[in-house]
Amino acid sequence: MTLHLVYPVVVAALLFAVGVYGVLARRNAILVLMSVELMLNAVNLNLVAFDISLRDALHGGQVLTLFTIVIAAAEVGLGLAIVLLAYRNRQSIDIDALRTLGEETELGEEAVK
Amino acid sequence: MTGPDVVFVLLGIVTIGSGVLVVTTRQLVHAALWLVVSFGALAAGYLVLTAEFVAWVQVLIYVGAVVVLLLFGIMLTRAPIGRAADLDSGNRWAALAVAVATGALLVTVVVIGFHGVRMELCDPGSSPCEASAGRAGVLGSSIFRTWVLPFEVLSVLLLAALIGAIVLSRGNGREAVE
Amino acid sequence: MIALASLVILLPFVAAFAGMLFGRRFPASVIACLPMAVAAVLSGVVAIWEWRAPGVREGVLTRIPTGSLDIRLGLSVDGTAAVVGFMVCCVALAVHVYSVSYMSPSVGAPHGPAEPDEPAPGEPPEKGPAPAVPPVPVHGEPGRYSSYAAFISLFTAAMLLVVYAGDLLLLYVGWEVMGVCSYFLIGHHWEDRANSRAAVKAFLVTRLGDVGFLFGIFVLGMGARSFWISDVLGRVWTMPHGTVVAGTLLLLCGVAGKSAQFPLHTWLPDAMAGPTPISALIHAATMVAAGIYVVARLYPAFLRSTPALTVLAVLAAISMVGSALAALAQDDLKRVLAYSTISQLAVMAAGLAVGAWNAALFHLLTHGAFKALLFLAAGCVITAVGSNMLRDMGGLRRSMPVTFWSMTIGFAALAGAPPASGWFSKDSIIEAAQHQAVHGGGATKGAFSYLPLSAATPWTGRIPDLGSGIPGWSAWTVYLALLVTVALTAAYAMRAWLLTFFGPPREVREAPPLMRYTVAVLAVPALVLGFFGLGAHELRPALGSALLSLLLVAAGAGATYWIWQRRPEADPALALGRMRPVLAGAFYVDELYNLTIVRPVLALAAWVVRIDGRIVDGAVVGTGRGARTLGGLLRRSENGNPQAYLTGLLTGLAIVVLAVVIFT
Repeated sequence: MTLHLVYPVVVAALLFAVGVYGVLARRNAILVLMSVELMLNAVNLNLVAFDISLRDALHGGQVLTLFTIVIAAAEVGLGLAIVLLAYRNRQSIDIDALRTLGEETELGEEAVK
Repeated sequence: MTGPDVVFVLLGIVTIGSGVLVVTTRQLVHAALWLVVSFGALAAGYLVLTAEFVAWVQVLIYVGAVVVLLLFGIMLTRAPIGRAADLDSGNRWAALAVAVATGALLVTVVVIGFHGVRMELCDPGSSPCEASAGRAGVLGSSIFRTWVLPFEVLSVLLLAALIGAIVLSRGNGREAVE
Repeated sequence: MIALASLVILLPFVAAFAGMLFGRRFPASVIACLPMAVAAVLSGVVAIWEWRAPGVREGVLTRIPTGSLDIRLGLSVDGTAAVVGFMVCCVALAVHVYSVSYMSPSVGAPHGPAEPDEPAPGEPPEKGPAPAVPPVPVHGEPGRYSSYAAFISLFTAAMLLVVYAGDLLLLYVGWEVMGVCSYFLIGHHWEDRANSRAAVKAFLVTRLGDVGFLFGIFVLGMGARSFWISDVLGRVWTMPHGTVVAGTLLLLCGVAGKSAQFPLHTWLPDAMAGPTPISALIHAATMVAAGIYVVARLYPAFLRSTPALTVLAVLAAISMVGSALAALAQDDLKRVLAYSTISQLAVMAAGLAVGAWNAALFHLLTHGAFKALLFLAAGCVITAVGSNMLRDMGGLRRSMPVTFWSMTIGFAALAGAPPASGWFSKDSIIEAAQHQAVHGGGATKGAFSYLPLSAATPWTGRIPDLGSGIPGWSAWTVYLALLVTVALTAAYAMRAWLLTFFGPPREVREAPPLMRYTVAVLAVPALVLGFFGLGAHELRPALGSALLSLLLVAAGAGATYWIWQRRPEADPALALGRMRPVLAGAFYVDELYNLTIVRPVLALAAWVVRIDGRIVDGAVVGTGRGARTLGGLLRRSENGNPQAYLTGLLTGLAIVVLAVVIFT
């Protein structure tokens, strides 16, 4: 049974684009984390598709996928810890409101959006 | 289009569709739940690709652990249950443009590059699939032979993440993070 | 002899620096007077030697290579230089000795400031007791005397350098150092702003002339391909005529500046703000004479350049008559003497213009003697009375006999009354002018004489006795101006004399002995120097001009006396009526310069400052502001929102990948 490689790879590409949109457009920090997971999943799909397609003897693609899954899990854990800390200190995890990285204007206000 | 093609396309539609819903829905908890759907469809896709072990690990960890964690995060940060009007930042149009550009770019490149490539999938149950790549035994022996060092490093990474998460979440009057 | 001449220059120079360095520890008066006395003796030796063995002696110390024309550090002593140098040393010595007493704290009564009066015509000024003297810091603290004496020594050294220099640029060095020292000395009491302003004015006006002077030196030097004076004078007749004319005309700028001729004469009356001995030294005997001396030194060049001599004649005529008229109306004794200096210098210049070289130099010497005498005696009077103003003086004849008789001799010499020396020298010049006007010149120069005044010069052998070649109208102008000036001089000399010493007797203390005996000593040459000229044919009085000048002197002095004796308590100048303010203001030349030069320059300066502040500074400030605005624009991207940053990142990445994909 044959599967055209194009389909998994295109699906991965589109999923990645969706994840990019989510990272850039969502206001809640947790939603951003979710979007990051989407992107990582797209990467995983890509890896697996190519692994099967190339019939890698070392199975590098699938192994890397497993590793990526593990790392993503760890990353979500840490990311949530940070978000919770931010919530505890600022009472908000609204990305638009967490602006202390910004340059101050002459009037001492934070920069305009 | 072959059989697996069709199945995979349908699964792909589900994945992407629920992904879109994750990034556009107005309800926070619904986003997490749509994420589950997306992960699940993806796991099915792995199955189609005959990467069974990866599929099960996907379900186990992503659906089982990551989404739960995200739900916990949603609860702990008192996220609004129900419709929230302002879940999209002012950045959304630029984000849309970038996402569309990225998507278009990637799809174009990929289609141009891998247009006619086919992969041979083995039938489940037929004898060559005993040694098919996706089986747990094959993958396991590969991990513990060829990839054992990265595996060990990964365990250290997990330890570091564990400790870091504990330290970060201690808080309780001690604001400054050491 | 060159060694002696160099010593004459070096002694005051060393005394100046010794005075500045050690003046507070050792008695500054000794440091000042002793080297000056030795220098005077040595210059006398040089003069006698030169008289006995006439000729030019030159000596070069070293050559300074400049790439084109070398400058030679050397001296060139001839008869003219020797005798003028001796005069300078004697006057400087007299001034030093006089200053020891004048600048001592005990003599401290300061004079009133020299401001022009505004008398209402027809109204007699008060001749009562002296008005309250405005406070002026007492001169004579030890520190100030030592610097004063040091500057006088430095100034004398510079003047002697001008006199003895053999190289034009060396002469210029001495010329400029004199200018600087004059600035310091006029502004010696700088606490009074008027003195500083007078010093600056003197410096600036003479400096203005010095620019032309320097260029004149350059032109002549380039033309002769050497700055050595003998070389220049020897090549005068081989240089192109235009070069010589240009060079001498430019030199005349410096002469007009230093010797206070029209139009650069305005600094001299104001320079009377300085201490009186300074006025005696600088503005009577030495610095102002330097201009005349330079013309005499370079006379062969001037003889070839008739336009220069014509210009000199015209300037001299204007200065002569104008300043004599102004002297008639002054209220300040020192300003009377200042204007009379301008007038007498113009007489010397006129003499040079008509070709009476010997006579002009003779008048330079006698003027040095009697003008120094007059100034120092005026200093005695001013110290005794406590004011510069003529209206505060009067009736001093009995109280100050020594000063009275000395000053009488001085005024007589000034007016040109026989047998004082001024009569002899002025008469010679009048005679020469008459010859030039009537006969077109001739027979007033002689190379043969027993005096060092007309030592043969090697460059032309002798001054050609063809007259000076100036056109007839200028010669007549000079002659008539001379005659008018003689009358006016007698008039104002008589006025000053009467107002100072006659009238109701007044009791004052005679001046300290050091001062009055110095004055008395100076009276001797003022009286007898004229007889030294009898040896030379052209310096002897000629009958026609002698009678004419006697007549004019009598007329002028007599008119003044007659006006005075009608109302002894009134100022005879009142008879001038409406003209008096005009004359007192010296025909308002100062105001004219202020209007046409000073104000536009100040306006231009203000405008430049405005442009600088607005445009130049504005450009700098504008650059800063522009950079800030640009930074502000860039700052907008730093808004603290990580999603914005990430958007930018990914956009850039997409573009890069697109580019890579397309172009490879």
